[in-house]
Amino acid sequence: MATTEPEPVAERDLTMSRAMVEAVATEMRENDEVFVMGEDVADYGGIFDSTQGLLDEFGRDRVMDVPISETAFIGAAVGSAQAGMRPIAELMFVDFFGVCMDQIYNQMAKNAYMSGGAVNVPMVLTTAVGGTYSDAGQHSQTLYGTFAHLPGMKVVVPSTAYDAKGLMHSAIRDDDPVVYMFHKRLMGLGWMPAPPGPKTPVPEEAYEIPFGEADVKREGDDATVVTLGLHVHRALEAAAELADDGVEAEVIDLRTLVPLDTETVVESVRKTGRLVVVDEDYRSFGVTGEIVARAAEGALSDLEAVERLAIPDVPIPYARPLEEEVNPATEDIAAAVRRTQG
Amino acid sequence: MFSDMVTARYYEERLQEEYLEGKQPAFDISAGPIPGELHLAAGHEAAAAGVCQHLRDDDTVTAPHRPHHVAIAKGVDLDRMTAEIFGRRTGLCKGKGGHMHLFDPDVNFACSGIIAQGCPPAVGAAMAAKKRGTDGVAVAYLGEGAIDQGGFLESLNLASVHDLPVVFVVEDNDWAISMPKERVTDVKNGAQRADGFDMPGVRVDYNDAVAVYEAAAEAVGRARAGNGPTLLEVQVHRHMGHFMGDAEAYRPDDEVERLKRLDPIDRLADRLRAEGVDEERLGELRAAAERRVEDAIAFAKEQPEPDPEEAYDDVFADPPEPAAKPGTAAADGGGDE
Ligand SMILES: Cc1ncc(C[n+]2csc(CCOP(=O)(O)OP(=O)(O)O)c2C)c(N)n1
Repeated sequence: MATTEPEPVAERDLTMSRAMVEAVATEMRENDEVFVMGEDVADYGGIFDSTQGLLDEFGRDRVMDVPISETAFIGAAVGSAQAGMRPIAELMFVDFFGVCMDQIYNQMAKNAYMSGGAVNVPMVLTTAVGGTYSDAGQHSQTLYGTFAHLPGMKVVVPSTAYDAKGLMHSAIRDDDPVVYMFHKRLMGLGWMPAPPGPKTPVPEEAYEIPFGEADVKREGDDATVVTLGLHVHRALEAAAELADDGVEAEVIDLRTLVPLDTETVVESVRKTGRLVVVDEDYRSFGVTGEIVARAAEGALSDLEAVERLAIPDVPIPYARPLEEEVNPATEDIAAAVRRTQG
Repeated sequence: MFSDMVTARYYEERLQEEYLEGKQPAFDISAGPIPGELHLAAGHEAAAAGVCQHLRDDDTVTAPHRPHHVAIAKGVDLDRMTAEIFGRRTGLCKGKGGHMHLFDPDVNFACSGIIAQGCPPAVGAAMAAKKRGTDGVAVAYLGEGAIDQGGFLESLNLASVHDLPVVFVVEDNDWAISMPKERVTDVKNGAQRADGFDMPGVRVDYNDAVAVYEAAAEAVGRARAGNGPTLLEVQVHRHMGHFMGDAEAYRPDDEVERLKRLDPIDRLADRLRAEGVDEERLGELRAAAERRVEDAIAFAKEQPEPDPEEAYDDVFADPPEPAAKPGTAAADGGGDE
């Protein structure tokens, strides 16, 4: 990014993957106890560029390719974290949690509590989420709600490069297990073009984004759109369209699911009275239901209309027309907001 | 065997062409007539053809994310399989599964994109055969990278302790995406995993279809005769990237060229020539294979795309009432709008 100021450039536009890696590299430089483990994280640099360049700087001891044994290496991250290190373990696609969930939800997530606080598990579990590219039912889920549902893990979902970096610094420094879910479509991959939104200016220095602070991406009085991940960008696009018709939607990016910033959601609903929740996870028993419940608990009397958009309780289908049907599109969001304008 | 191998090879070459349509010059995984990931198996054909020659339609095969060569050798309907890969309504799975998730119950073939997770269902198919007293067998395919996975190791033990008619076939191409075998295991011969479960473990080197055929005759025969499972590891070669679009920066420059000189199809052709099969016959077999593949691709492209509303079908075999689109008022038990 060009600058006219005399100082060195302090901010550049980065892709989400570059921003994420920058935070990891900075933490690794400052703390020898931070290391990375996963499949194809070394020479390949992560299938979704999430560890690009780390091998060159830190070597194989700290950027470890591991066997396709998720139970073993994610469990090893739990163990090394309990020993006081700060491992970052990558589950290549969140969909693969099925083969290693015990280490995630019975060990990683519960050890602090079940030990009565005697131990803690300061690790980061990074994982790629999301569809939109015809990878079908075993490689396209987000599973946001699944992870947020089970107590004991913090769950973060960046939607921009700026947030990706800040949330990663916070995640590594956090004393609890953090599940860091990055959307493939937002990473800025050469082979999977990102929409324009996620590439943002990113400061060179380290900074944290505190967990539990949603980001109001756009202000508006007519409706509140609560979302996360890829759909932040779809919601912003919808909001821009709606504004042309005089409907002002407020767009809230949750950024972290655990802890959840209920206050920002409730405040906005008090103002607009109309809530639209947009999620790329399954509809039932998930993020949309949770947000509506919190809004009802906090602002029941202000609620005039509620809409939720999510994957309609079917596995993600392969063929393009089928996947497009089940994944909420920009037009679906705009239409849902319009429906709330009674 | 030769026909299956040349069909599989030509199939992968043609799919690669079709896949790259719409993805050039800039590669976009979601563009073109075949979107999504595509894992092609050029160089793996011997492992498929050599084993499946011994199988009948009622035998079960499970394959992993790289399934086409195995599906072809098992006799999966090529037209409908291709239609599935093109995401068409008349595909094997009505466009819901795609290339990593092909199901053809007519020949008892299925595959899964989750590493090693085809092994337990293969054990289950073998269990069903044994309980019913048939002489059916099941074969589970997986890559050498998958043999460090619990689903595989647990399956070995279960199959062994119950003497189930399963053959586990490990296709060792030395790579798991970018990770060479030596980086993820100290065990050079994966068939040794069998020792820990008290079952025979056999490794076939040199990507040699005839040697696979012979080893599989024994393994499948053993299973069919009720004598329990076998682990077979077959050396194969990955001629292409892990998936299409893989730049393979991690791979030594000359490796693929070197491997192509050890092509299992050339090796089998030499063998056939030595046994008196003439060039003309080999040419006929190749031409027939190419026609079959071209026909399947032409068939697939003519098929209709699924209707978006079909996305809601098939979640359950016996859908709960009311059978309405989830998320609609009716599905939620009555509307308020
Ligand atoms: C449980 C699980 N972990 C990781 C992956 C991602 N993945 C897909 S293929 C693959 C490599 C498989 O290597 P191998 O088993 O040797 O088969 P090959 O691709 O070489 O044929 C990996 C890691 C997956 N699909 N499932």
